Amino acid sequence: MIGNDRIEVRKTHKLFVGGAFPRSESGRTYEATNSQGEFLANVAKASRKDARDAVLAARTGFNSWSKATAYNRGQVLYRIAEVMEGRKDQFISDIQDAEAVSAKKATNQTDQAIDRVLWYAGWADKYAQVLGNTNPVSGPFFNFSIPEPTGVVAAVAPADSSLLGLISVIAPIITSGNSVIVIASTASPIPAITLSECLATSDVIAGNINILTGDPAEIMPSLASHGDVNALDLTGITDPELQKALQIEAAGTVKRVRSAPVNPDWQATPSLSRLRAFTEVKTVWHPMGM
Amino acid sequence: MSSLDSQPVDSQSPNLQTPSSHKGLEALLAGLSGVDQVGAEARAAALGTRSIKKESKMWAIDTAISMVDLTTLEGADTPGKVAAMCSKALHPDPTDPSTPSVAAVCVYGDLVPAAREVVGDRIHVAAVATAFPSGRASLGVKLLDTREAVAAGADEIDMVIDRGAFLAGNFGKVFEEIVAIKEACGDAHLKVILETGELKTLDNVRKASWLAMKAGADFIKTSTGKVAPAATLPVTLVMLEAVRDYYTQTNVRIGVKAAGGIKTSKDAIKYLVVVNETVGDAWLTPDLFRFGASTLLNDLLQQRQKMLSGHYSGPDYVTID
Repeated sequence: MIGNDRIEVRKTHKLFVGGAFPRSESGRTYEATNSQGEFLANVAKASRKDARDAVLAARTGFNSWSKATAYNRGQVLYRIAEVMEGRKDQFISDIQDAEAVSAKKATNQTDQAIDRVLWYAGWADKYAQVLGNTNPVSGPFFNFSIPEPTGVVAAVAPADSSLLGLISVIAPIITSGNSVIVIASTASPIPAITLSECLATSDVIAGNINILTGDPAEIMPSLASHGDVNALDLTGITDPELQKALQIEAAGTVKRVRSAPVNPDWQATPSLSRLRAFTEVKTVWHPMGM
Repeated sequence: MSSLDSQPVDSQSPNLQTPSSHKGLEALLAGLSGVDQVGAEARAAALGTRSIKKESKMWAIDTAISMVDLTTLEGADTPGKVAAMCSKALHPDPTDPSTPSVAAVCVYGDLVPAAREVVGDRIHVAAVATAFPSGRASLGVKLLDTREAVAAGADEIDMVIDRGAFLAGNFGKVFEEIVAIKEACGDAHLKVILETGELKTLDNVRKASWLAMKAGADFIKTSTGKVAPAATLPVTLVMLEAVRDYYTQTNVRIGVKAAGGIKTSKDAIKYLVVVNETVGDAWLTPDLFRFGASTLLNDLLQQRQKMLSGHYSGPDYVTID
């Protein structure tokens, strides 16, 4: 509670693009409310131009992040978990406000979100061994396949799980070396904004993770057709018509698309399917026995 | 079209004759009024806010492409790299034959034959000469450098002024060097690089512009691209104003080339706006305005693809030179 003798310090919620916190280029904001419709805060409403700026930032971030060693990527993910742990109380209160849940449920979601980051941190230098392979071929070749990051991924976080769902979308994309532009839950964007403040102080390469707040139906079509976006994660798109339209747009530049899951259970331990979805398999034929 | 000076240049009665001694030149340069730096920056920034959309943008992009001097000036340049760049200069977007060619390719003197072999006489070949980029060599060496480039087939010469002499106040030496190089150029066009990043003040930029035009430059060019800051809008504005004032006095149109640091279509369009608003649309032609650039062309092509296809392009859809 604010004492009478203090001036209230109101926070201006902004986007997270290229490691910085810009306002929307359009100057627009929208009101974030809790599930009872009570006002929480004004939040930046990203425009298509903001999304394009984010693509530029993500491409720059990808160029460094994808070259980082797998071991280093794991360290950075672990660092994200460390910083989130220090901000736990804020996450819990954000989730309570946004989703109107009990302190216990909010704490549970925060713990799981941090654990999820750790889970993927561990996979950073191991997933290639699991998804990759040596292949028997008929010839004097040592033939092996390894997964490589696909590039810039535009993602929509789920609307209902404002932190755990968001983390479950971001973490697998970046673990393999991709960059991500993620549109946070439109209804509950504030935990995502707190997360962006953690990311800004977690050794995450500028532009590797970009978080936009706003309306996916407005922003996603231009990202789906954008020539410099390599893949889409439509997890948070619940409208089947919009999902179909985005898939059609994405086909023009042959993007990988991961459709929205049916009844996702964010509490459950994930599989590697999200990690695999945003990788390209490279197969090498190496002469041997010559 | 307001001048930025408290007093217009022509009120200073500069000596319009080519000075026989350097007294006249020095009087002319001393008589130039100072540049209001804040005013120049404000004017350039204001013009930079113009919104150019749709058909105008399409025209601007095509015009900007046709004004590019596609440049490679690296120690690691090979005949093969120059040949590849020249092919790109002729057909910037192989997927769309309606894309205009660029104005010229710009290379080191020894690579002129490699460039000429590919482009023939379809576009210009510019060579940097006179001990580019520092200009630290004797006049004899600079003249030889120039003559060899012209003999090898360059029809445009980009020379650098002796900034050391200019900053020391030895304007006569700078002037004589330009005159001598101009003579060595023969029929080739002479672009005089002021290297505004080393001249430090806009007053010096104005002085150097006048000096170069008086000495016979066909073009005045901002920078080598090897020194930061390279081309900026305020510097280009001041040079364009000098060109405008020179035109009102002599009826001779001198070209301007902005080189270095212009990387996006948005920047390029800002320059076109400044050209149009300062010297008028007579200068919106590759004969009188150029961009010296290497990466700018790819951004122009991506924007052009966006205008035609309706969706944003990416670096995967243009060639890496």
